[in-house]
Amino acid sequence: MSETKTDAAQELAPPRLRGGRRPRARHARSAPYWFMLPAMALFTGFLLVPIIYATWLSLRASRRTGGGILGQRIETFVGLENYSRALSNPELYASLGRMLVYGLLVVPAMLGLALLFALMLDLPRVRMRSATRIGIFLPYAVPGVIASLLWGFLYLPRVSPIRETFDAVGLAPPDFFGPTSIFFSVANIAVWGGVGFNMIVMYTALRAIPTELYDAARIDGCNDWQVAWRIKIPLLQPALVMTGIFSMIATLQVFTEPQTLSPLTNVISSSWMPLQKIYTDAFVLNDIYSAAATSIALAGVSLILSLIVLTVMQRRAFGENK
Amino acid sequence: MHRRLASTMVGALIVTTALAACTSSDGGDTPSDGGSTPAGDTTGEQANLQFWTWTTNIEDVIAIWNGEHPDIQVTVDRQAQGDELITRVLTAAQAGNEPCLVHTEYQALPVLVANGVVADITADFEGIRDAFPDGAWGLTSFGDQVFAIPQDIAPMMLFYREDLFAQYGLQVPTTWDEFAALAAEVRQKAGPDQYLTTFSSGDPGWFAGLSQQAGAEWWTSEGEAWKVGINDEATTALADYWGNLVSQGMIDDQPMYTPEWNAAMNDGTLLAWPTAVWGAGVLEGVAPDTAGLWRAVPMPQWSAGENVTGYWGGSGTAITTNCKYREQAVEFVTWLNTSPEALEALVTISGVYPAATAGQTGPALAQPPVMMPNQPDFYTQASEIAGTARGFTWGPNVNVAYNTYKDAFQAAIEGGTPFSGAINTMQDTTVADLKTQGYEVIN
Repeated sequence: MSETKTDAAQELAPPRLRGGRRPRARHARSAPYWFMLPAMALFTGFLLVPIIYATWLSLRASRRTGGGILGQRIETFVGLENYSRALSNPELYASLGRMLVYGLLVVPAMLGLALLFALMLDLPRVRMRSATRIGIFLPYAVPGVIASLLWGFLYLPRVSPIRETFDAVGLAPPDFFGPTSIFFSVANIAVWGGVGFNMIVMYTALRAIPTELYDAARIDGCNDWQVAWRIKIPLLQPALVMTGIFSMIATLQVFTEPQTLSPLTNVISSSWMPLQKIYTDAFVLNDIYSAAATSIALAGVSLILSLIVLTVMQRRAFGENK
Repeated sequence: MHRRLASTMVGALIVTTALAACTSSDGGDTPSDGGSTPAGDTTGEQANLQFWTWTTNIEDVIAIWNGEHPDIQVTVDRQAQGDELITRVLTAAQAGNEPCLVHTEYQALPVLVANGVVADITADFEGIRDAFPDGAWGLTSFGDQVFAIPQDIAPMMLFYREDLFAQYGLQVPTTWDEFAALAAEVRQKAGPDQYLTTFSSGDPGWFAGLSQQAGAEWWTSEGEAWKVGINDEATTALADYWGNLVSQGMIDDQPMYTPEWNAAMNDGTLLAWPTAVWGAGVLEGVAPDTAGLWRAVPMPQWSAGENVTGYWGGSGTAITTNCKYREQAVEFVTWLNTSPEALEALVTISGVYPAATAGQTGPALAQPPVMMPNQPDFYTQASEIAGTARGFTWGPNVNVAYNTYKDAFQAAIEGGTPFSGAINTMQDTTVADLKTQGYEVIN
């Protein structure tokens, strides 16, 4: 596919450059690389080099040597010791399990709501369309830490208007920081913040669907429900796949919400989510080596998972394009 | 004094310029070795000392020094207090960018020492040993070596709501037995939401202070080996004491320093707070409506007639190993932590309770804190209580023990399991970590 493209480009090149001199042609050929250079430089400097450095760190450790009560710590090579310790720690798997529960709550709820809102906004004769759209999108603009603090205040009984409301009605207020309810409390913040973004992506995709399809469907006797179910949702599949992958990656990276809520309650430990464990290792226990090892291991797993999901999804969603 | 210093400087400048002319070929920029402090090769030039600290409004205190010492300028780099600062210092030291002066909590000092970041300054400060009580030196020394100058100390005391105690007819507890009985009494006499106090899983430093009072020794060194005693008799008894109060519902079990806790301290839901001398400043921020309603007394004791307390927090100033201006740094640190001028500024501008003996009796402390206008002799009492404080040696991995405290006590509170189990988890994790790090452990 790509080869034929380049061949075609080369065939097209001479007439366009007629009258030009050879060096310009060479410049033209190297132009794409010049355009790529800034991106490649940034990619190398801020992604590739750190990854290599992290990999190197993950094979090392700070060890006490020499005399004195406190000794002298020296950075030494320890091979795969950090990996074996990280991967044999049951707390890592417990945190992965909690992440899975969290993901199973967040991803369907967030995408479901986003799809629902997008379809509703796309209905004909909807009033205050743009105000509603902005209203739903706005939470996405609130930084995660601030959103978590806001919700933290709402969850804590003594400072929460929710409890006052329940008290006024005479009901027992819910415990947002229970061992089970905490999953919903944390997921709620992510859903609140994420629905707007996903809705915009889906809504934009919906707007791109040619209206002739709807007219045809209506002539065939479809109502709004059937239009949504049989035309809009199937045509939205690429957008759904993309938002699905974004949401899954966001789930793997969940950190801000639980970390911000953690000091407010007894139910979020320092290793409640995998990234919190990495953070604790690096910034509380001063063990950047173990943190690097766990990061690399997690990144590897995420990469493999993403590739599998992408391959499967792509075949289903974009299959007809090939 | 300054004139004499200035003339020494000029003399040194001439000498060093001459020396530099001879030795410039071998780039004499190497940092002076720790220990010895001869008139170094940097005495003549203007020294610029970086100071990483989190002390409130410290810039205004430093400005006094900078105004008086044009040749030794101190630049403040404001930091967040806590574990992140240590990570940042260690990382900067690895990169060779560490500041000359580091503000450190006492329990974080061993990590900095073991990583070779802070210098042994025993000899440099031999002259000011008398300025601090022995207990304060104990917080910054390991064996015979001193690694930081104490800045502030935080002896623990009990704050209680004088008005509510009077309202419910409660007696101020002098022993922990009375404290427990009082907790039950509060549940009977006060409202259903009200508690005497709370047990916080979020504050290991608080629990460590309580352990110090109970006579615990969490880390002891024997030769070059460490003995970890986090689950020693004293701490286990302490943990069970608080565990029983929590499991019987006599006290609250929610962490401190949350919006929830602030509200509870402000609206009288919590009647007492075992805290440290700086607690008055915290109340000003979290419970401003309660000014004049609190009173500070010595901590309840484990046996009647005893008079002991522990420390919750406190911090010192350390000089880094690679500091180019060691001599100037020593001069500045001495000024900051012992001169009457700086001590008064620290008290009035930064709200610090100084570790130096002179600082605890200075005129700045004649006034009570804003929240305690009803207790004019607050600082006199604090000074007396400070004299009864008992610390313990901090080991090389306090951060591991502290982090485990949070996780283990959270789990114990949530799961309703005995607190002594959490203590055992702390012990095991700390011992295992010491061994992994290459320390010899005898337990």
